[in-house]
Amino acid sequence: MLDSAFFFFFSGLTLGGAVLMLTRRNPVLSAVWLIVSLLGVAGLFLLLGAEFLFAAQIILYVGGITLLFLFVIMLVNLESVMRVRQFRRSWPLVLVLGAALAAEFIILLERGQFKAVILYTIVSRQGVPMGPFGEAAGNAEQVADVLFTRYLAPFEVASVLLLAAIVGAVWMGQRRPEREETGEGEGER
Amino acid sequence: MAHAIPTHYYLIVSALLLVIGTLGVLLRRNIVVILMSIELILNAVNINLAVFSRMYHHTDGQVFALFVMAVAVAEAAVALGILIALFRNRGTILADEMDLLKW
Repeated sequence: MLDSAFFFFFSGLTLGGAVLMLTRRNPVLSAVWLIVSLLGVAGLFLLLGAEFLFAAQIILYVGGITLLFLFVIMLVNLESVMRVRQFRRSWPLVLVLGAALAAEFIILLERGQFKAVILYTIVSRQGVPMGPFGEAAGNAEQVADVLFTRYLAPFEVASVLLLAAIVGAVWMGQRRPEREETGEGEGER
Repeated sequence: MAHAIPTHYYLIVSALLLVIGTLGVLLRRNIVVILMSIELILNAVNINLAVFSRMYHHTDGQVFALFVMAVAVAEAAVALGILIALFRNRGTILADEMDLLKW
């Protein structure tokens, strides 16, 4: 009972925040509603027993990515952008297609095989993901055990990817004066 | 501590979040909001991974969700760097006004 109350609260937070993010005119308000939506996703992670993902979601998304978005909005925010039309001209067609896609997803999931599988898992087990340590170990311990043994090479590759992203972001974000002096003469546009 | 919520409820929430994110990418003109919608799509993927990780009692799904988060961070950083460079060169952040490669 309490579980479903929490589930509907968090999923309402997620979907409502997403819709409000989509429809705001001011990008700063969009970022704030994005925070609400991401917090709802974090709550869903907590309900699913993925405590490490919950913590990573709040630290990475709410603390990192949204802050980055707010800084960029502060750098590029234009009053003129808020005054023009916000949606594309083909929005009725896109809305119809989106509604069709959502209806298709709901119908397929309602009549799909997941109900049967789920009933089995609900009845059978407590629902904690099993790691090599068994259910006695905490969620972070299980995730760390799999991450640092079986997925060690992808973990290192992810760190290389993050390093490349850092270098690329700094390189693209910096101001290059020599380009701006000679930029017009080299047929740049 | 029996889990009372059927798993396809989670899957429906994730699918709706995916649809909302796709609509954001397709509808909005502001590039900042388009990038936020891409974050929503990646979050929908993460919900699905966590749900299936719980459904099959297997931790690998949560590890994959962590990798998705790392890629999302890299993508956001690079995309916002590109956005700042574009804004400096073109002076706009509307997606349909960046038509330099359009013929």
